[in-house]
Formats: sequence, structure tokens, C-alpha cells
Amino acid sequence: MTWDLNSWLPVLVVASSLVTGIFIFFLPDEKATARTIFNLSGALLKLVLVLYMGWGAYQGEVYEFRFSIVLGFDFLLRADLLSLLLVTLSSVLWFFTTIYAIGYLEGSPNRARFFGFFSLCVTASVGVAMAGNLITFFIFYEFLTLSTYPLVVHRGTEDSMEAGRTYLWYTMGGGAVLFVGVVWLHVIAGGIDFQSTGALRGLPESQHLALAIIFALLMIGLGVKAALVPLHGWLPVAMVAPAPVSALLHAVAVVKAGAFGIVRVVYDVFGIEFAAERGLLMPLTIMASITILYGSLRALTQDDLKRRLAFSTVSQVSYIALGVSILGQTATVGGLVHLVHQGLMKITLFFCAGLFAEVLHVKKISAMSGIGRRMPVTMAAFTIGAFGMIGVPPIAGFLSKWHLGLGALEGGQPWVIGVLLASTLMNAGYFLPILYKGWFGTPINAAILEDKPKREAPFALLMPAVVTAVLSLLAGLLAGSEISPLALAQAIAAKEYLP
Amino acid sequence: MIDLSMPLIILTPLIGSLICFVTRRQWAVWIGLVTAALTTGLSIKLIWMLVTEGVQTYALGGWQAPLGIHLRADGLSAIHLFMTAVVGLAISVYAHGYFGAHHDDGEQRSAEMFWPIWLFLWGGLNALYLSNDLFNLYVLLEIVGLAGVGLLTLTGTRAVLIAGMRYLLAAMAGSLAYLLGVALLYAAHSTLDIELLGGLVQADRVAVAALTLMVMGLLLKTALFPLHFWLPPAHASSTAPVSAILSALVVKASFYLIVRLWFQVFGHVVTVEAGQLLGMLGAGAIVWGSIQALRQTRLKMLIAYSTVAQLGYLFFLFPVAAAFPTVNGGTMAPWLVEAGKGSIYHALSHAISKASIFLSAGILLHAAGSDHMDRMRGLADRLPITVFAMALAAVNLMGLPPSGGFIAKWLTAHAVIGAGQWWWAPVIVGGGLLTAGYMFAMLRPVFLPGDPHQPLRPVPRSMEFCALAMAVVSILIGIRAADLLDVLMIGQPFVAFGSGGGPL
Repeated sequence: MTWDLNSWLPVLVVASSLVTGIFIFFLPDEKATARTIFNLSGALLKLVLVLYMGWGAYQGEVYEFRFSIVLGFDFLLRADLLSLLLVTLSSVLWFFTTIYAIGYLEGSPNRARFFGFFSLCVTASVGVAMAGNLITFFIFYEFLTLSTYPLVVHRGTEDSMEAGRTYLWYTMGGGAVLFVGVVWLHVIAGGIDFQSTGALRGLPESQHLALAIIFALLMIGLGVKAALVPLHGWLPVAMVAPAPVSALLHAVAVVKAGAFGIVRVVYDVFGIEFAAERGLLMPLTIMASITILYGSLRALTQDDLKRRLAFSTVSQVSYIALGVSILGQTATVGGLVHLVHQGLMKITLFFCAGLFAEVLHVKKISAMSGIGRRMPVTMAAFTIGAFGMIGVPPIAGFLSKWHLGLGALEGGQPWVIGVLLASTLMNAGYFLPILYKGWFGTPINAAILEDKPKREAPFALLMPAVVTAVLSLLAGLLAGSEISPLALAQAIAAKEYLP
Repeated sequence: MIDLSMPLIILTPLIGSLICFVTRRQWAVWIGLVTAALTTGLSIKLIWMLVTEGVQTYALGGWQAPLGIHLRADGLSAIHLFMTAVVGLAISVYAHGYFGAHHDDGEQRSAEMFWPIWLFLWGGLNALYLSNDLFNLYVLLEIVGLAGVGLLTLTGTRAVLIAGMRYLLAAMAGSLAYLLGVALLYAAHSTLDIELLGGLVQADRVAVAALTLMVMGLLLKTALFPLHFWLPPAHASSTAPVSAILSALVVKASFYLIVRLWFQVFGHVVTVEAGQLLGMLGAGAIVWGSIQALRQTRLKMLIAYSTVAQLGYLFFLFPVAAAFPTVNGGTMAPWLVEAGKGSIYHALSHAISKASIFLSAGILLHAAGSDHMDRMRGLADRLPITVFAMALAAVNLMGLPPSGGFIAKWLTAHAVIGAGQWWWAPVIVGGGLLTAGYMFAMLRPVFLPGDPHQPLRPVPRSMEFCALAMAVVSILIGIRAADLLDVLMIGQPFVAFGSGGGPL
């Protein structure tokens, strides 16, 4: 362990929200101003640190913190390009979600507890992003389970306790399976760090069967949080949580931890070429395809807006797994960039859903007729997110689908195009009616009657939704620039293949 | 100059106990606290000496074995001394608040006798971890067992007397079986010194009989499934500090002795089958104890059954160890060492977190006036420190990172998979899920909305902080595991004496 700034910066990035969280736990509920200051300065500090670190990493600085816990078992935090992708996304979205959540929960009980765990949750997802080996990854992955559970059950009603129980069984079960995989891999390969192009190629032939089983165990363990069918059951249920929690769960925290873990295992533990040679990727491609279709199909029939969005998440997150599981750089770019794009678009949609519910108490899609006339800005943000999800250019989602489709052709799996097409049709099928109703429908709901003036949410609630909508537009428009998510994804993908 | 740390570590609590016994009650508390602090300090000093100088020995009266008896401290002793010191100090401070806050008759009587018996027991435990003579160990087992029964029955209620009688009979039967084994060994080899016996014992019928008797007796005292029948009522019906002492410390003493004997005396005698049998009993304990814990409606019964389950984890050491005989030149057996570390680390982290949970439970029970879990509703808002401590300790018991329990689970799972005995792995992780199940069942009521005007008895702050301190330590030992595991390996406690054991 050294004491220079470069090795401590990763720790600071993780700790900035941990310390905030602990402070907030000890603040009494009534001290809203102090809590807001803590929250925002913590989020801002993390953002600044992450940007500084990203800038440094871009210049070739190495940020690494290593601490030996037991023999052959290191706690390792590191900033490589892949971790920067997720860590930047987390810290940017955390900042805006914090603003949103402060506005959303104003005056409700148990806010200290909520924001405490909220900060811990971000700590965990930043840790997931910066973990330099599977063990560190596992530590934060489990920490994420523990810190999100209190958020899911935050309302304390029978419903939410029941949902919390489902959530806990799924995630802890997944964690247990993952644990076995991680331990077994450690037995076979020792304490290996993540490295581009993989670390297992050198193992003898006799271990290959064991490696295949380990791969399956890891995918099941990670697939729970990534909501791969049939392990997705917790996600629609967890919708009872308050809107900012759903937004965070679906965009950056839980599902992303699972998807990101799949990325890490495929590229930086096994190595995509090695995994493809061993025939490990095909089952993943199939599972991801099934999930994409199943999620979209289920989304079509939901009337509850948040539930429809939840099934949409099930489907959309698997685009990442799909891109990861197809051999070839273009598909890799598609999967990686969707990690960011899906986050931006889905958080916009959840922010907006929360606003509809908060301002006009509209939670059902059938009640949304004409809502665009009362809340045009919110509806516009929602529209951008929805079009992005469908894949309409120039919004970010288009780029993801484009690369995925092209990558599927390159990887010699043209049937995937069919999956993408079917899913796009269904995306349109479940988003367009909402948009049509919202903009052009005749108001039937008393809350949306025409003669009333426009009524948007307060600034603190509206601003985050608008900003993330604009970001998802910009991520598409400026994709050619050097600092766009696409450019970063391309840089990563170039490194993950053997020369 | 001969260093007196080892005899002092035993004598200090014994002398403190005597003084507490003869002085008036107001004084006893303070003498007890001073003794506890001194004993803890001496234990830390001895561990420090081990780290800097290696294995420590001390010949009582200057007589060397085989004529005299001597004390010996290696890494295994050190970890157990550390466990006893840390938990013992916290329980002592807690007891000061606890008995100060209780004012009914039974509690008054228990307050008088608590200090002498508790310090006596502490001295017994310390002696047990340092003793190297099988007969002395028998005496010490009896001392610890009887002192345990004494503490348990302090309040003298009907439930406690019944539980105490069961506990007493189990403890006596266990000691008796152990003593028979000792007699067999003495008849065959004319010595009771562990180190000397390690070189003499061969795999003959006498040794097998002695091993069986001694281990059976000790298993009964450790309450390994299915010999656990006496534990839940005993641990659940006593006062909070006593529950913590019994669950965290006393059961670990007999387990310590099994490990000591298994590796250092009977290294040549144990078989693969014996190891597998102990592993199976451990797995049975995890499943059965967890299921019972899930079915409890009383808080302390749930925690007591959790102890039955958690003790099972300690026993995965034996199937792994038996597959790697270390005798005959001490073959490299990294998985054996890994399993040993996992088991002992589990003992340590369980001791600390279970103490925290029992201490927290004592606070909730004291405040709410009942240990039925539905009476605990809403306490999370009124006693946040206690509930936080309980939750933190629960994380440790579930084996989730970053805690001592996680390190222990990691080491154990790593060892069983590495040794090719993958069939224990589902039990280990499944047990973790079951633990999560009953720990959430334990925590659920306190988070449910309760009556905010329900009268609560006031709780001294010192009690809350003791529970919290133990919970925090149980997390800290997860982060600083490397250091403690290095201490454990001083003197190679998992290699048979007299095996000519090469470096492990």
C-alpha cells in the first residue's frame, strides 16, 4: 500500500458517498437543510473527483488501490476505461437523482434513513464499477443488495415488505451462487485481477469443464440482478419503491451492477475470444434474446406505467448482455454503449413517471390521455426517452441498436437482427400509444381537464428529468466527439480483443 | 527474568473473583470492572509477545514436563484468548449497566453473585487455553461448565432451574466421557502432556476408543447437532450478559479442545470417515438449527437456535483436515490450513457478533419488558443504536462482506472446494441464506410501525454502546483479517506434535 494521491483517489471516490451516508444517518429527520447541503456537496464532490480521475486516466495516469485482506485475496480498486464508463454514469446520475429525490420526498417521514441508504447504494455501485478483481466486485455487489433493500421497503406498507422479501430472496440467492463461482474460480486460477482480453487462457485443458461450470454459476449469479429471464421476477415487484429509487435501481444501480458484472466476466476474466472458443457465449446470446423478447412482450400488456417501464427495463438491459455475448468489436461497442444510453433514457422515463404520479396522481397509462397539455415539458422529456428506447435517430438508443445489429452480422449471427427487429416493433408498440395518448388524447381524467392552466412540477423535480433527456439526446448527436460514451466504448472494445 | 504474563492471565481473574466474593456489593462491581480491564490488558500483552517472540511456554514451579506441568501459548490459544478478552470486557461493562438497571428481587440476587462467578469462569477459560495437560484440562472443563451453570441459574426462576439442570447433566456427562478417554491414554502411555502424547499415540484400538470418548464428550459440551438439546433453553432463559457469555465463549472452549486433540494428539488416529461424519453433523446443525430458528416467536430462543446452526460451520474443518494427513513429515496441505483458518475465524467472528446480538436483545427485552417478538414493534425508532448494532452483527452472521463472518465463509468455502469436497459448498452458502432468513425475521418486527407511546424502561447508554462496539469489532475483524490469521498460524496449531512436522 502506498500513500500517494493516485492510489487513494479511487478510495476517495468511493468514500465520498459513504461518508455522506453515515453523516446523514445521524442527522435528525427535521434538519432538512443540513441534509440537503450534505447530500448535494457529497454528490458534487464525487462528480468532481470522478471527472478529475477520468481526465487523469485519459492522460495515462494509473489509479490503483490495493490492500491485502487474506493471503491471495486482495481488495483492489482501479480506474480503467471500463470502470470509468460506469463510474461517470453513476456519479452524474446520482447527482441529478439526489436533487430529484430531495424534491420528491419533501416532508415525508424517515428521510434520514432514506438518504443514508441512498448514499450507501451509490457507494456500492461506484465500488462495483471500480472493483479491480472479482472478489472486490463481489464485496460491493453484496453491499448493493444490503443497501438497496431498505430503499425498496421504504414505505413500510404490507405491499412493500412483501416486495422487499421477494427482492431479498432473489438477490441473496443470486449472491450465493455467485459466491460459489467466485470461490471456485479462485481455487483454480488464484487471485487474478481483471485484465483486458482475459486472464484464463493459460489454464490447462483439464480445467476447461470446471471453467464452463464456473461461467454458468457466475452468469446465474449476475443474471439475477441483470434480470435475465427467468431470474427477473424481483424487478417488476420492486416497483413499489419510491420513484427516485426505481429510477436509480433501473438505470445505474442494481440492474447495471449485474450487466456490468457480465461484461467484466466475459471480457476481463475469461476473455471474449477464449469464452467463444469454449462455446460459452451461445447460451448467453440465447438467454439474452429470450429476455429481450419476453420483457417487451410483457410490457405491451401493462397498464401501470411503472410496471410497463419495469418490463421494458428487463428487455433493454439484456441488450447489454446480447452485445457482450457476440464475438466482434462492433457488437461489443453496442453492448457497452447501451450501458450508458439505457441508463440515461430509462432514468428520464422514471423521473417523468414519478412526476405524473406526484403532480397529477396519474399512475395508469389509461388515465394519461391529454396529459401533455397540462405538463408539456415533462411529456417532452418522456417522449425523448421513449423515442430513444425505440431506437429513433438521433437519440442515443439508435446508436446502440445500430451497433448491435451490425455486430450481429459481423459475428455471423444474422438471426439476432430478427430479435432486434421484433423487439423494436414491440418497443414502438408499448411506447407509441403512451405518446399518442399523452399528446393527442382527449382528457378524461378530472385531474387533466383542459380548462385548467398548465401545471408542471417544481423546478427541483423537473430539472433532473429535462437534463437527463437532453443528455440522452446529446449522447446521440455528439457521438462523433472524443468524449462521447460511444468513443469511450470504442476505445474499450479495441482493447478487449487479442491483437 | 521469567515472564509472568501467562500465570497472571489466569490468576488475575481468579483473585478478582475472590475479592468480589468477599466484599460488599457496591464494591464488587468496580473490582469486577478493574479486573476485567486488567485481564484484557494482560491478554493483549501475551498476544503481543507471541507475535514478537513466537510460542510461549511457562513451567509451573519450574518443573518441566513430564514431571511438572507447563503452560503453553500458540496461535490457536492466542485467538481464543483474544476472543475471550474482547467479548469479556464488553460483557463486563454491559453487566455493570444491566444489573444497575434491574431492581426486582431475582435480579438483585443475581447481581450479587454475577461478578465472582463470571470472573471465575473467565480465569477458567484463560487457563484452558493455556493448559497443556489433559487432566488439568478436565478440571478446567468442569470449572467452566459448573460456573456456566451457576451463572445460568442466578435468577432462580423455574424455567431457569429446569434449563440449568439439563445443562448441568449434559456438561457432567460430557466431562465424564472425556475423563474416561484421558484415563485410557494415561494407562497406555503414562503421561498426560499433550506434546509428549502427540509423539506416542499410535492408531491402535486404545487410541481409537480414547479419541471417540473424548470427542463425543466434547461434542456434547459444544452442543453439536444432534447433541444440542440442552443449549436453546439454557441460552435463552438466562439474563442477557450470561446468554452472551454462554453462547459466545463457553461453547467455544470445548470446541477449542476438540481441535487441539484432533490435530496435536490424535493426528495419526483420525480417519477420513471420522472427518466426514463430523462434517455431516455440522451440516445437520446448520440446517436443523436454522429451521428451528425460523420457527421461533421469542427473540432469545431464535438467537439461541442460531447458535446451534452457526456452530455447524466450525466443523467443516475436520473433513478437509482428515483428507490431508499432516503426519509423516508434514506434507504440504494448504487446504487443511485454509479450513483451519476458516473454522477458527468463524469461531471468533461468531463469538463477537453473537455477543452483540444477545446484548442488543437484552436491551430490547429490558426496554419492552417481554421477549415476544411482536412486542418489539417500532423499537427501531426509539432505540436506534441498539437496532443498528443488531443489524450490523446480523450482517456478520449472514457472512456478507465486509465482515469477519464473510472472511470465515470465504476461507471455509475455498478450503472445501479446493480439497475437492464440493458437496459442502451448497450447505455453506445455503446456510448463509437461511441465516439471512431468520436474521431478517428477527429484525422485521422492530422496523414495523409500533405504538410510539408504549412506555419503555430507560436503558443506560453504556449498554447500548457495548452492543454497538461488539458489532463494529465484528466488521473490523473482516477488514484486518490478515493480521489475526497470521497470529493464528504461530506455532502451526494444525500439525501433530511429534510428527517431525516439516514447515507447513
